[in-house]
Amino acid sequence: MDLVQMQKSLQDYTKSLFLEGILDGQFLQLQQLQDESNPDFVSQVVTLFFQDSDRILNDLSLSLDQQVVDFKKVDPHVHQLKGSSSSIGAQRVKNACVVFRNFCEQQNVEACHRCLQQVKQEYYLVKNRLETLFKLEQQIVASGGMIPAVELGF
Amino acid sequence: MAVGEVMRMEIPAGGELTVTSPELHVLAVDDSIVDRKVIERLLRISSCKVTTVESGTRALQYLGLDGGKGASNLKDLKVNLIVTDYSMPGLTGYDLLKKIKESSAFREVPVVIMSSENILPRIEECLKEGAEEFLLKPVKLADVTRIKQLIMRNEAEECKTLSHSNKRKLQEDCDTSSSSSSHDDSSVEDTPSSKRMKSESENLSSLF
Repeated sequence: MDLVQMQKSLQDYTKSLFLEGILDGQFLQLQQLQDESNPDFVSQVVTLFFQDSDRILNDLSLSLDQQVVDFKKVDPHVHQLKGSSSSIGAQRVKNACVVFRNFCEQQNVEACHRCLQQVKQEYYLVKNRLETLFKLEQQIVASGGMIPAVELGF
Repeated sequence: MAVGEVMRMEIPAGGELTVTSPELHVLAVDDSIVDRKVIERLLRISSCKVTTVESGTRALQYLGLDGGKGASNLKDLKVNLIVTDYSMPGLTGYDLLKKIKESSAFREVPVVIMSSENILPRIEECLKEGAEEFLLKPVKLADVTRIKQLIMRNEAEECKTLSHSNKRKLQEDCDTSSSSSSHDDSSVEDTPSSKRMKSESENLSSLF
């Protein structure tokens, strides 16, 4: 694949993530903060998000598996994940956290288990997509090209 | 010009004001590592010097407001703005705001609260306690730009008032010894602001 094709692929791929609602405008904000002096800013933030989220999801699983679920422990974790996913533009993860928090408030253990599964699903999805996105970027850079700015015509 | 020394007014005989503005030093407080990274970048890209800490307690330590032995070394610490998350374990952003406003050293430093939750009573409570602004997360570049402009404008206003009051005092001193019946009550309290303008600060971000 030549450089122009790769750049087009990247643009199309990025656009699809927005169209599917996997990413929202906040991700664009992060991209705007990236420049020659900070060329890896987005991937750095996203990496932090992955590490942080892995930890939180692990803690959530443990908390929900307790005989007696302590929602005072569960809710702050979900709040944290909601916050960080919102900060990087991982819209579907954030939305899943909102639903999760509602059920925490109701202290509905069954529903919370389902919510955790939903959050995990959305998280692995965005993780997968972003890892693919970064790979595409790396290929372009390795071929001596530049990452095209995202143009959203919708 | 040192970091944190916000405005230096050069007032030549002609009375024209020249304003040079070095970097603002911002203390950013957030328990989320992702948000700390983002706010740090937002502030740096806005030409601010940034120190990030992960909790209200650490923020108080940094400011020397925790009653610890570090306080005496921090008399030259210059912070132009404090940006803090509201919901943090331990000391909340609101608790931190209160402590800052209660301190003599930092009560004049503007404090901005950030929160992912748009809760009106919370916003009102913070503004009532003296918060400069309340930002809804996720924070965007436009928010930081606006805050920075607000801070710079406030500092410029203060300097203008200060320099005018100094000019007035100078004129009064030059008057003949015949007593003047009017007393200028509106002059700005000189000491804290001039301390702010003249203080030099060290690069303390290496502490964290």
